[in-house]
Amino acid sequence: MLLLAFDTATPAVTAAVHDGTAVLAETHQVDARRHGELLLPAIDQVLKAAGVDKHALTGIAVGVGPGPYTGLRVGLVTAAALGDALGLPVHGVCTLDAIAFQARAEGLTGEPFTVATDARRKEVYWASYDAEGRRVEGPGVDRPAELTPAARAVGAGALLYPDSFPGGHGPEHVSAGALAGFAAAELAAGRELLPNVPLYLRRPDAQVPAAYKTVLGGKAVLPA
Amino acid sequence: MADEPLVLGIETSCDETGVGIVRGTTLLADAVASSVNDHARFGGVVPEIASRAHLEAMVPTIRRALDTAGVKAADLDGIAVTAGPGLAGALLVGVSAAKAYAWALDKPLYGVNHLASHICVDQLEHGRLPSPTMALLVSGGHSSLLLSEDITTDVRPLGATIDDAAGEAFDKVARVLGLGFPGGPIVDRTAREGDPKAIHFPRGLSGKNDPAFDFSFSGLKTAVARWVEAKRRAGEPVPVADVAASFQEAVTDVLTRKAVKACRENGVDHLMIGGGVAANSRLREMAQQRCDRAGIRLRVPRPGLCTDNGAMVAALGAEMVWRDRAPSSLDLSADSSLPVTDVHVPAAHLEHGHFHDQAYDALGGGEA
Ligand SMILES: [Zn+2]
Repeated sequence: MLLLAFDTATPAVTAAVHDGTAVLAETHQVDARRHGELLLPAIDQVLKAAGVDKHALTGIAVGVGPGPYTGLRVGLVTAAALGDALGLPVHGVCTLDAIAFQARAEGLTGEPFTVATDARRKEVYWASYDAEGRRVEGPGVDRPAELTPAARAVGAGALLYPDSFPGGHGPEHVSAGALAGFAAAELAAGRELLPNVPLYLRRPDAQVPAAYKTVLGGKAVLPA
Repeated sequence: MADEPLVLGIETSCDETGVGIVRGTTLLADAVASSVNDHARFGGVVPEIASRAHLEAMVPTIRRALDTAGVKAADLDGIAVTAGPGLAGALLVGVSAAKAYAWALDKPLYGVNHLASHICVDQLEHGRLPSPTMALLVSGGHSSLLLSEDITTDVRPLGATIDDAAGEAFDKVARVLGLGFPGGPIVDRTAREGDPKAIHFPRGLSGKNDPAFDFSFSGLKTAVARWVEAKRRAGEPVPVADVAASFQEAVTDVLTRKAVKACRENGVDHLMIGGGVAANSRLREMAQQRCDRAGIRLRVPRPGLCTDNGAMVAALGAEMVWRDRAPSSLDLSADSSLPVTDVHVPAAHLEHGHFHDQAYDALGGGEA
């Protein structure tokens, strides 16, 4: 197994190469406004660092969110295009699962916990995990005050709202190394990953414009 | 000619996911997936809906274009993509896809200007553009007069709209008349039944001291709305076809008069008309009459190539390869306000900082 993994669902632009056993190389830059510019150079760089030719890859793992849409789509369309051009399968991973995997690798084991990332508009993207690290609730998008998170919580969303997540700590953003590790473990166990489709969780913002405003004032008379 | 460059072009600046494949100046495929019906009930293009649709349609549309052209991705000589101007989030989907294909296939990447592409597309229909060429670009997003010596390096703006684009005025008038969205084709069709001389609507910026090559359609739109409302208030029936025809006459009169004047004053004997509004039948007819009278050769691509499409991007990309222009780098960014003078975005152009911020700011605060 030789996986290229990347994620653009959080402010991090992160890419990694994983051989099924370990991460061979990883890059990580935090710049929430430049996913589009940074991702492809990061992919190119991480393959060089790992000494892996792109034609030797066996699959792509990509974070499918939830996350802010504009950045999220950079990762998904890149994965779809690379998968098509290189003839590789694309495996989707819930970004929150990758953060959970990373938190456990960093020692958060033996108790349930919640992962929360920043969804803007005073909301968080969140999911809850049991003591074995299995997702038991979510992903969802809500105001922090409306949630009853576990005593332990990780992710930028938890750090941003300490009143709602008193036990908040790192990791803050997702790492592609952890995402690759999660995907490799799931694939090795024969489990299906997600399709390469974004977890938007919200309907598109689209307001029907207010009734045609008359220039003479008053109510417009529109023909039926 | 077999040694002419084979280029794939991707266009996602608005609501059409366009992928074209061109060999030199020959069109091989022009695949389009449109989200226009998803926007119709909102009366305009909703950026987030457009971006979502681009993501879904991107790879299937590329596959369809390659199948239609009967070429393999590995045979391409380059990948071109609209880098701007346009909707920031929509552009980003196309630019990201283009980069991924270019990198995966080891092909040069060309981030090109949407407006220059609208001009260059005519090469697919009428052969290489003469030097110089005057271009009148009219669409829902822009109304400009542009002078180009070499479409790969040099596009000089002579004038542009100071308020609404011509296509916007069509949309708004269609709404006032209750005709639906998008307004261009419906107004064109409705106007055929009407009298273009029935109502004299104002010709914007046509006074002696007005800027010669700038346009204004906001006053015209308001004049139409006032006229229609006055009729409705008086309880009289609105002669919809006459209003549509008279409005259309006012728009095309100003556009063609200024375009011909621009040619004359700059000693240019070729006029190219592009953009979605160039599909308007009255504009084409009036431009032909006035160009014939002035001894100017008119070049207008067929309607399908006037609206946004991938073929136009491929056409400019192929010209870039043909003329050996520098490719873009892998950190190419989508620039929602790319100036018309930046025909393409070569690697050296990258002034990091200001325009990236602009592109993202253009997304507004509403984005999740
Ligand atoms: Zn256009």
